[in-house]
Amino acid sequence: MGLKPDRAADGKRGSVQGGFITTRFNHMLGWARKFSLFHYPFVTACCGMEYMSTACAHFDIDRFGMGWTRFSPRQSDMLLVVGTVSQKLGPVLKTVYDQMTEPKWVVAVGACAASGGIYDNYAVVQGIDSIIPVDVYIPGCPPRPETILDALIKLQDKIQKQEQDWRWKKKAPSSKN
Amino acid sequence: MEEKGSLVQELETLFPGKLGPAQDLSRDDVFTLDRDFLPECAARLKEGPFDYSMLLDLTCVDYLAGQGCLEMVYTFFSLARQRRLRLKVRLPQDDLRLGSLAALWKNADWLEREVFDLFGVRFEGHPDLRRILLYEGFEGHPLRKSYPLRRRQPRDVSRK
Repeated sequence: MGLKPDRAADGKRGSVQGGFITTRFNHMLGWARKFSLFHYPFVTACCGMEYMSTACAHFDIDRFGMGWTRFSPRQSDMLLVVGTVSQKLGPVLKTVYDQMTEPKWVVAVGACAASGGIYDNYAVVQGIDSIIPVDVYIPGCPPRPETILDALIKLQDKIQKQEQDWRWKKKAPSSKN
Repeated sequence: MEEKGSLVQELETLFPGKLGPAQDLSRDDVFTLDRDFLPECAARLKEGPFDYSMLLDLTCVDYLAGQGCLEMVYTFFSLARQRRLRLKVRLPQDDLRLGSLAALWKNADWLEREVFDLFGVRFEGHPDLRRILLYEGFEGHPLRKSYPLRRRQPRDVSRK
């Protein structure tokens, strides 16, 4: 957990003396980010049905603080690539990724997005990591909603543990664009 | 079947000696046709007593390895007769040209582009013969049997 309230002097759990808590900045930022993930669903194929099930009331992605679907990459933190990406679609995926603002994370949902799946042929990208960096890969054809939720919780752990980039810190010149 | 016999007779009268053997593999009428007569024959079939006014599908089969040819398959449907008709046209390996039916049926436009894209048949008289499914810069025609199964041509994602 990110926020760790100091124990009170008497050791009583949960009580905070003086009404304040101490933490580290990285922890707090990670905690805030992992529970306010806006996702952009890049849904191209049948895994989309499982995504819909995950996102809607039956499995309710919002229980984990990543419930808000944004249909603009500019407002999103997490890119969910759900389904088969053809070679022709590759530049579109790259554009969507480039349009997202930092910090951003990518999840490859299902066998096709992760590796090309059963489509081992001329038309399909053999794993989207040849186009954009991927944080979490979800196997399955299609994956169960529980698997997707498990992966997203793992992504939250990853975000929590990440060294946060300070906004005022000058960034190293990137090779992008 | 009487009806089918009359169709054969009528076509034989129109194109003496140009019609291949009629096959009876299914309930549909199946003919092979010399490729030079395809547009003319299709135009005749579309009108008049035949009324094959719907082009249901148009596709291609690769027999290059065994028989040295591609085979175009056209499926028409007659509203008056309530019957399907399949026309097959063989194209030799070294000369994959064929008259376009895009002027007769609008849906032939995209269907022919698809066959051009995936098999490399060149349709003469087509208004805009370019790739429809694959991207510009793709080399070869992937549904030919000679296209290597694992040949990859990743698209340059920095280009639109």
